[in-house]
Amino acid sequence: MSFEQIIRITLKYWPMFLRGAGMTLLISITGTIIGFFIGLLVGVIRSVPIPESGVKKLILKCINAFLNAYVEVFRGTPMIVQATVIYYGSAQALGLDMDKLTAAFLIVSINTGAYMAEIVRGGIVSIDKGQFEAAHAVGMNHMQTMVNVILPQVIRNILPATGNEFVINIKDTSVLNVISVTELFFQTKSIVGNNYKYFETFFIASVIYFVMTFTVTRILRYLERKIDGPENFTVIGNPVQI
Amino acid sequence: MEKIIEILHLSKTFGTHEVLKDINFSVDKGEVVCIIGSSGSGKSTLLRCINLLEKPSGGKIIYKGKNMLEGNHDIYAYRTKLGMVFQQFNLFNNHNVLNNCTVGQIKVLKRSKEEAEKVAMKYLQVVGMEQYINAKPKQLSGGQKQRVAIARALSMEPDVMLFDEPTSSLDPELVEEVLKVMQKLAQTGLTMLIVTHEMEFAKEVSDRVVFMDKGVIEEEGTPEQIFNNPVKERTREFLRRTLK
Repeated sequence: MSFEQIIRITLKYWPMFLRGAGMTLLISITGTIIGFFIGLLVGVIRSVPIPESGVKKLILKCINAFLNAYVEVFRGTPMIVQATVIYYGSAQALGLDMDKLTAAFLIVSINTGAYMAEIVRGGIVSIDKGQFEAAHAVGMNHMQTMVNVILPQVIRNILPATGNEFVINIKDTSVLNVISVTELFFQTKSIVGNNYKYFETFFIASVIYFVMTFTVTRILRYLERKIDGPENFTVIGNPVQI
Repeated sequence: MEKIIEILHLSKTFGTHEVLKDINFSVDKGEVVCIIGSSGSGKSTLLRCINLLEKPSGGKIIYKGKNMLEGNHDIYAYRTKLGMVFQQFNLFNNHNVLNNCTVGQIKVLKRSKEEAEKVAMKYLQVVGMEQYINAKPKQLSGGQKQRVAIARALSMEPDVMLFDEPTSSLDPELVEEVLKVMQKLAQTGLTMLIVTHEMEFAKEVSDRVVFMDKGVIEEEGTPEQIFNNPVKERTREFLRRTLK
């Protein structure tokens, strides 16, 4: 092994690495964003106060039970198993010919969604009860309260956890090589199949993974500061004594 | 006198604990009513029951001839008619001062942004916070927050304002600025229902004082009656303790 060899492999195979990295980013970005919205939706539905009686109560209870099952099942099984079951399972058992990329988006999204649902739930619980009461006091219903008052604060608060999910997704999409999605790990494996230089080739892959995750964390940190807004505010005109 | 809100036989229990027992009282248009009493007497719960933040266990709340606890009344529309000011201010943390006063108008009353901002500015001027429209709640002092909270409630142009111990969580030197604003509002003929521990203030601004004890209205009357010639022994005892 040598530094020169790493350079040589990089120069020779950079289009493959690049395509792999691109695919990894594409799947993890899409999966995180869709998963984020699934999480928000599930979190909000689960926060709806259950009416005391009537058909609505029954419907809501059924929906909640279904959502709980979804969260528990997808948090409680490995993504590599989910990928195999969904992709090969749907082909063998249901005769569905799912596109590999579609399967990849689907798996990462619903997997992230399950985690995000819990993160969103925690975010909603952590908001002071007074915020809900104040919103109700000006006449907002549950949905208006959520959209205009609670969720903006929840989203700000769960941004670090969302970034965490994103980073995890960048790394964990590597398990999608079991369904031959041509992401970075799969590409690296193919390169190794040609040159047998395990250390050098995977070293390059690990550098690429790290650069991607590090960049993402920086961008999210910047986004957090952006949402927080300026530390100071401007006073308009001269303060008058009341 | 036109009654804005009438409460009949209202009760509220938390588990087996009876917080409110058979409360009967009403608020007339333009009246300023202060509710006094020791902690745990049910003052705040009564106020919270009136705008249905707490669900009463029994009784009636009559607003414009209709019992709000029966049938399918739009409780959201009803709440817009009651401006609520909380002990803990509860400004929307994600909105600046101006948007705190406009978001309810725009989303609930469906006013246009321009109109909502005009109304908000009018009331922010009343409370003396018009210079701070860009500030976020966390950048304000307690007194400033409470003044914005008052402007937010006024911006909905309610029939009656409910104040739930508006100065109880303020530093002593900030109490004055909030009481001044409330005094100013009382003079404009606004209907106000105030739960307070500020006895001097209650004496000065109210048309009527209600003394509550252990979940019942023990005594009510003009400030002179309650503060100078209380009839009930409990009232006398309470005033002796609070007025030193």
